[in-house]
Amino acid sequence: MAIRKILGKTSDWLGGDGPHHNIVVSSRVRLARNLKGTPFPGWAKKAERVTILERIRPHVEGLPEMAEAVSLACQDLSALEKQVLVERHLISREHAAKGLGSAVVMNRRQNLSIMVNEEDHLRMQSIRSGLQLKAAFKSVNKVDTELEQQLDFAFDSTLGYLTACPSNVGTGMRASAMVHLPGLVLSEQINQVVQAVNKIGLAVRGLYGEGTEALGNLFQVSNQTTLGETEEQIIDRLQKVILQIIEHEQNARMTLLQHRSSTLLDHVGRAYGILRYAYSMNSKEALNLLSLAKLGCDLGFYPEPWSVAVDELFIETQPAHLQKGSQQKLAADERDGLRAEIIRGKLEECPTPAILDVLSKVPPSTLPPKSASPEA
Amino acid sequence: MLCDVCKSESACVFLTQIVDGKMQKVNLCESCSRERGVTDPTAFALADLLQGLGAAQDVEQLAGRGQKCGTCGFTQAEFKKTGRLGCSACYATFTEGITSLLSSMHKGSSHSGKVPERQARFVEKEKALKELHVQLRQAVKSENYEDAATLRDRIRQLEVEA
Ligand SMILES: [Zn+2]
Ligand SMILES: [Zn+2]
Repeated sequence: MAIRKILGKTSDWLGGDGPHHNIVVSSRVRLARNLKGTPFPGWAKKAERVTILERIRPHVEGLPEMAEAVSLACQDLSALEKQVLVERHLISREHAAKGLGSAVVMNRRQNLSIMVNEEDHLRMQSIRSGLQLKAAFKSVNKVDTELEQQLDFAFDSTLGYLTACPSNVGTGMRASAMVHLPGLVLSEQINQVVQAVNKIGLAVRGLYGEGTEALGNLFQVSNQTTLGETEEQIIDRLQKVILQIIEHEQNARMTLLQHRSSTLLDHVGRAYGILRYAYSMNSKEALNLLSLAKLGCDLGFYPEPWSVAVDELFIETQPAHLQKGSQQKLAADERDGLRAEIIRGKLEECPTPAILDVLSKVPPSTLPPKSASPEA
Repeated sequence: MLCDVCKSESACVFLTQIVDGKMQKVNLCESCSRERGVTDPTAFALADLLQGLGAAQDVEQLAGRGQKCGTCGFTQAEFKKTGRLGCSACYATFTEGITSLLSSMHKGSSHSGKVPERQARFVEKEKALKELHVQLRQAVKSENYEDAATLRDRIRQLEVEA
């Protein structure tokens, strides 16, 4: 089946080669579009949704960008296959709940995916490694321009692109970056940063976990508003804020190395030990330990190639990814066992953290030592 | 602006959400927002927080109670349920309520980004017509009937152009 071609391959954007990839895992831009004169998917009847899909799908499949694409109708996908696509950020959770009348088309490199009949008739997204919002926008914008030659999109001269939810009206664009911020979390500065970013109309939320919890220290920063600014202005604003977050995160990491190195070494060392030798690990523990391993890679504790392995483990240890290799439905404890096994296997050759190497390279602090800060 | 909870500190966290099709806003100071765990406005159920505050302030509703979209049959009651509209024509049907909703949700009230190429001419014409109508109203108001006549002619001319 066509989906095998996708499931067996790692996503392109996981290559870890984009700019600022040690802090920004990936950049994503999605555009929402709708056809004129037809109800939005949530209000359309099933037969209407099928008609809309039949009208849109050939144009999407015919895009030059989709020459080697995989096109999948939602009703042909199992719950597990959908969940794998969600874990790879190729479809949304909402789309995974769709059946007849919805579809997804994605390229082999898995950096371009187009959902048909999600909340809007079209949700097109481009995803890139590292901080590449402009490149991601350029790619999805090109697809949009090609499609609008063939399809009549709902557009109003005042309100711009009309979407099912008023919060997307205007550009219909959501640009986001997935950022890894262990330094800010460990130094307890993360709430300040989140609030400062919220204040200027951008949203920050934890990628994994409920509510305020951010497992794996992974956060998503995105624009909250879509009307009143051009696409370029929104992306520029977001880019500037993310560059500032990167700077704060780098400072936090440096401060940890300079003033709380024993705490930091303890975290990194314990994570290494548990990841290499544990026989059962739940998803929450894995995310948090992998975050510390990733931080270790960034700080130079492990040779460069290990950062890609760790990034891949973030995805490969998600529940559906674990399940997809097995014939039978795994119970929770079996899943935890398998998760630990996959991690041990992948990190088997990973050398012990090069502690002395890293510490010898830490520049002396320009700040007075914070003797008051507790080594908690 | 003062914090809605303690009413003493100045607010620095501003939240806006649509709950049951109503716009709700709440402004919090730093300590109250931390106390209530508001670190993520997008995942935060504002309704829960507002319930603890007594009267929810600034509650707007979509105009046209009982009104139905002529294109898709969508009603305001549906919007209250889902926070989503029925079709693109709903924006015109419920324009009054939507306009205020949008202006409190977004940075601006009119689109300045991309325009679909094939619709560019039409959009430009629409914008020009809107501008002429504004000028016409002003001319009539100031009893400048000569200008008004010229403007009316230009509007007619523009309208018949394909
Ligand atoms: Zn307060
Ligand atoms: Zn409608």
